[in-house]
Amino acid sequence: MPYVSNEEAKAAIQDRSGHQAAPGRLSKVFDSDMFHSFLRSKVTVVAAIGTFILFMLAFLAPWVAPHNPFDLASISILDARVPPVWMEYADPRFILGTDDQGRDLLSGIFYGMRISLIVGFCSVVAAAVIGITLGLVAGYMGGRVDTVIMRIADVQLTFPAILIALLIDGIAAGIFGGVDREIFAFYILIVSLALSFWVQYARTVRGSTMVEKNKEYVQAARVIGIPSVIIMARHILPNVMGPVMVIATINLALAIVTEATLSFLGVGMPPTQPSLGTLIAVGNDFLYSGEWWIAIFPGLALALLVLNVNLLGDWLRDALNPKLR
Amino acid sequence: MIGFATRRLIQAMIVMLVVALLAFTMFRFVGDPINQMVGIETSIEEREALRERLGLNDPIPVQFLRFVTNAAQFDFGTSYQFRQPVSELFAKRIPATLELSFTSALFALVVGIPMGIYAGLNRESPISKFFLSVSLIGISLPTFFIGILLIFLFSVTLQWLPSFGRGDTVQIGSWWTTGFLTISGLKALILPSVTLGLYQMTLIMRLIRAEMLEVIRTDYIKFARARGLPNRLVNFRHALKNTLVPVITITGLQLGAIIAFATITETVFNWPGMGLMFLQAVQNVDIPIMSAYLLLTAFLFVAINFIVDILYFYIDPRLRVGRP
Repeated sequence: MPYVSNEEAKAAIQDRSGHQAAPGRLSKVFDSDMFHSFLRSKVTVVAAIGTFILFMLAFLAPWVAPHNPFDLASISILDARVPPVWMEYADPRFILGTDDQGRDLLSGIFYGMRISLIVGFCSVVAAAVIGITLGLVAGYMGGRVDTVIMRIADVQLTFPAILIALLIDGIAAGIFGGVDREIFAFYILIVSLALSFWVQYARTVRGSTMVEKNKEYVQAARVIGIPSVIIMARHILPNVMGPVMVIATINLALAIVTEATLSFLGVGMPPTQPSLGTLIAVGNDFLYSGEWWIAIFPGLALALLVLNVNLLGDWLRDALNPKLR
Repeated sequence: MIGFATRRLIQAMIVMLVVALLAFTMFRFVGDPINQMVGIETSIEEREALRERLGLNDPIPVQFLRFVTNAAQFDFGTSYQFRQPVSELFAKRIPATLELSFTSALFALVVGIPMGIYAGLNRESPISKFFLSVSLIGISLPTFFIGILLIFLFSVTLQWLPSFGRGDTVQIGSWWTTGFLTISGLKALILPSVTLGLYQMTLIMRLIRAEMLEVIRTDYIKFARARGLPNRLVNFRHALKNTLVPVITITGLQLGAIIAFATITETVFNWPGMGLMFLQAVQNVDIPIMSAYLLLTAFLFVAINFIVDILYFYIDPRLRVGRP
């Protein structure tokens, strides 16, 4: 029995997240099996509906939110720290109460969720693009290129993503020293999240690419002289996308949590463009004085969002894994 | 065995060198170290003199070599914020972080393993299902929010436990301070270690459950039952033992994660450890502390990985046979 290194063991555990899904399965399964297994799992249906509602609330925030927390004309400091409606001294205008600046908390949560989701999506897409590209190149080229890319991946895998994101954030702050940090906060955040999460995509795509490249259709494409870049992008890529979708779903939840954590730690989104994490960080200062709702409600919204996305991701992983069927 | 250990050691050293190169690049090229060290009124000549004295004009490979030599002797330069040697700052804060990490790892193992065994053996019982749903929620709640909830519940509302700091500490030796020996120190440990250990606990629980489910289906367990061995013996001597290999790997790797996530927990609970200092360094762009922290955690992770690999070798005899 060959020796299994630590990294490989870890990768194998991660690869259980749908690596076994045969390429190209996604499209075939979609109309029959997958839909069937979707309807069979009640939890998943609930999670899908929950995710849909939360996404809608977030993206339609300007239309569904009762107030606009960014409209300085409509907020008044006199309304600051009003408790939720079911408590004493509440104000019926603010269902979940208000924050320290008199902004409606419910509206703040909708807008915050929107920022959290935008950052989450952008960073997942960026991480996937980096990871897929490097994985394709490593798997297809092999040899020294492969060794170098995979060594970097191994080294990075020993570090938790949050540490890498924190470090990149700190370095970026050092580079943009004099410039206003708030302008770049969004982009720094996405870059640091993308650079923290690309490894998983790269490893998975590399593995599938190494299988695909020995198949006849790739050999045929090679023989008729199609350039490597086009073989990778047009022929191999579509066949290795199945597992990538699963990782992307699971990583969306992870990216949202990491973003919230960074914002909570004060190195993510600034209070002028608050994400859910920023809202919790602001509310945390008022926890001790009894105004618990400012931190707890955004936190619950975050937990609900992550839980729903996680449940969907879990189901997707199982549904695409033929071993479990 | 020795050949295997040497190979692993060489790999570990290469990783450390790569990380050192990263840390050096950060240290040397992110912002100008001289600007951070001197005031505005320092003249250009004085700056140049300082630059020359610190060897910042030497060729880059020479500087890198000096950086590595210094780091190997725990000399990481001077913090920009505190104007003190980084190594002294870390020495003061390492005990707090290690005690917190140790307690939470202990919590995760002591609670997680029995829960996992129970859920694995009694798959359909309502308690197992309850464990599983709780663990799913535990995974979905971000660490910092768990901390906030615990503070809100136990410190603000019930006022049972303190919400920040280490309580009273006792000094042991020249630099180690411990919170294990005082009541307030122990009380202060509870909330942070539960916060930090909860995620690891759910992970260990799910892992043990999954491994147990797999192992009790194998032939040798069926055979052991057929031989009429008592359940206790089959479950614990035969089954549990064989679930431990992945558990050790994951626990080892999670130790690294615990130290990293200590950054968040320490911030929530204002715990005076390395993580809190690192975070403040990130916020204030204190590069020497950041690069020292990077090196230190990298060293810890690499060391843990190395130890886990060696342990693996002892636990799973199959690995020994297969090697030339």
